[in-house]
Amino acid sequence: MAASAIGIIFSNLHEENVPELVRRRTMASIPFGGRYRLIDFALSNMVNSGITTVGLMTNNNYRSLIDHIGSGKDWDLARKDGGLILLPPFSEKHDKLYTTRLEALSSLTGFLNRRKEKYVVLTDCDGVAKFNISDIVEYHETKNADITLVTHYGKVGHRSDFMLVNASDEGRVTEIKLTPHVKEGTKADIFVNVMVINRQFLLNLVEDSVTHGFTSFESDILIKQLDSLKVYRYDFQGYYAGIDSMSAYYKHNMELLEKEVRDELFGERDIYTKVRDSAPSKYGENAVVKNSLISDGCVIEGVVENSILFRGVKVGKGAVVRNSIIMQDNFIGPNTSLDCVITDKNVVISDRKTLSGCSTLPYFIQKGTRL
Amino acid sequence: MQRKKECVAMLLAGGQGSRLYALTTNIAKPAVAFGAKYRIIDFPLSNCVNSGIDTVGVLTQYQPLVLNEYIGNGQPWDLDRTYGGVHILSPYQAKTRSSWYEGTANAIYQNLHFMKMYNPEYVLVLSGDHIYKMDYAAMLKAHKKTGADCTIAAINVPLSEASRFGILNTNPDGSIYQFEEKPKQPKSTLASMGIYIFNAEKLFKYLEADDANPNSSKDFGKDVLPAMLNAGEKMFSYQFDGYWKDVGTVASLWQANMDLLGENPEFDVRDQSWKIHSRNPLAPPEHFGENAVVKNSMVALGCEIYGKVENSILGSNVVVEEGATVKDAVVLANSVIKAGATVSYSIIDENVTVGERATIGAEKDPSAEIVVLGRGVTVADGATVSEGQKHEKDILA
Repeated sequence: MAASAIGIIFSNLHEENVPELVRRRTMASIPFGGRYRLIDFALSNMVNSGITTVGLMTNNNYRSLIDHIGSGKDWDLARKDGGLILLPPFSEKHDKLYTTRLEALSSLTGFLNRRKEKYVVLTDCDGVAKFNISDIVEYHETKNADITLVTHYGKVGHRSDFMLVNASDEGRVTEIKLTPHVKEGTKADIFVNVMVINRQFLLNLVEDSVTHGFTSFESDILIKQLDSLKVYRYDFQGYYAGIDSMSAYYKHNMELLEKEVRDELFGERDIYTKVRDSAPSKYGENAVVKNSLISDGCVIEGVVENSILFRGVKVGKGAVVRNSIIMQDNFIGPNTSLDCVITDKNVVISDRKTLSGCSTLPYFIQKGTRL
Repeated sequence: MQRKKECVAMLLAGGQGSRLYALTTNIAKPAVAFGAKYRIIDFPLSNCVNSGIDTVGVLTQYQPLVLNEYIGNGQPWDLDRTYGGVHILSPYQAKTRSSWYEGTANAIYQNLHFMKMYNPEYVLVLSGDHIYKMDYAAMLKAHKKTGADCTIAAINVPLSEASRFGILNTNPDGSIYQFEEKPKQPKSTLASMGIYIFNAEKLFKYLEADDANPNSSKDFGKDVLPAMLNAGEKMFSYQFDGYWKDVGTVASLWQANMDLLGENPEFDVRDQSWKIHSRNPLAPPEHFGENAVVKNSMVALGCEIYGKVENSILGSNVVVEEGATVKDAVVLANSVIKAGATVSYSIIDENVTVGERATIGAEKDPSAEIVVLGRGVTVADGATVSEGQKHEKDILA
């Protein structure tokens, strides 16, 4: 069933958790899983649930995101009515750019007013999962909720911002804790930054917040007004990968080498991404490829093990790439050896170099580096 | 203001390709898959776009469903244009006549109104049967320079094969004085590639005359080109020296696929200056398991490789299970080679299932023939398909 909902995607939130990866891009445009960017999962989840209007909130550094998204046609979102609508920063003269979710939303009243759909689905780009948005909206509808927060029972990472949610057996949220001091690794119901709100309710909420000078959606609305609002939580039980640190980024990419994870993320419903028209990958006479994911456009002449290669990577003869994430258009020279390395886009490593990190602290090489 | 296009391309894509056996039972030859992710028609279409020709009529007739679906609105080739773009032209019913396309010339003749809509100066006629990269703009430039009424692209072929082609006998300046369709004793080795540029007015005139001629077989090579030559029209050859492969037989289709392999492949689809556009599969990156072996092969997105793949071309979402071997083979999209099965020297169409421990084909050697398994065939566990066999139906143990 197609949900009567529009989507809003926040492309910049949570960037402080992975500073290396967002130096020249948004959270949304961080490459993931060989040929995707984080936003592909958020967008595909929406499109696969019948949502045809998605507003994309941007704040800064969004050139790479616009390049990725284009007209939205690769997600089937180049539509006459709705489709993908880019929402770059908008503020009255002399106002500063928004910094919080609430300030961002208050710049959206025009957009929200013009739509007719009953619900708004808000998603950040810091998680990889296959959410069935239709199910979540249906849950929201049956609970007659004002706000439904999607949570996942998992380990608390070492991110700087997270929200723990307690709820009654019926799902009514009874307590929300914002970045509490809990030991890393403690298991709890963590908000995954996906929520459903009634559109009209959201508009009222935003208007009310402006008059009261509220700035934080989480603390000023969700926490302070919890008793007067009908807030429910939807317990998502599938695979969820929160990208909240470099080591989490590394770990969750590597999890794609497990068949169960791939089947859940890529099975049944498609994950859409930008089409690049690369040739199929070619494997040479001396290639050795084991337990790896290789995207299109690669030419492999060396050894690749336990690794993820993005599009257009060349691995020279005698080169050995192990336990690494190699992003788009990298060149790994002959007889070079990499272990536990993450190379950003367009990195060129000449021959006979040896680089290594370890799985908890992968060695990161910036975009465009020449070695 | 009357808008116009300088050059309109007409792509003949109605061919049945009967020498490809089961591979063309349900699809037209130009829609046959090639090179792991492409279809044959991607090559002439990409050539058009890369040559700056943005108006292409695709003439379909035989089993057009897959082809029509594949071309869609032309967006993958950047041919979704407000004026021009790609158009599927199928046979239609008219007030005075309705007929199937009766020959290459008749197919174009029946779409005169399509060409005239764009008021072109030149018409480029192409066929959808070949794998090649060619700059039609350079050919058009030569056509204008010689002031020809018709220019025919030609390639040198070995003398032993010349009698399979339309042969051009030319003067030193490249002008054609004789045109021989499949001559028994060829005088030259310059073979027509089935690529023609006509001055539009001349083409329209000769197509109308050809249609009125009851003795004509309505074919370019047999009727229209000889008629133009006999009438003294200026006809030139345009010599092409690159890779050009007719993939009309199982052996040539297999060989053309293999030509993509190797460090310096005979035919390179990776050349960024001449991109081959295609509709892309929606699939995750290909995955190789712990025990996978892959050598000298091309593997498309979505494949899951647990067994051994050697000297082969694998289309998207192909699964090669543990202990299975695929060697010297072309396997098209969504086929599954189950555990312990062996596939050698074969072309396996889409959606085929090769059962566990089944044996398909024999080691490649010069006397062996290629196995063809048609779309959707299921081979039972442990079954054997001997070299050279062509199957369209399921194979029992």
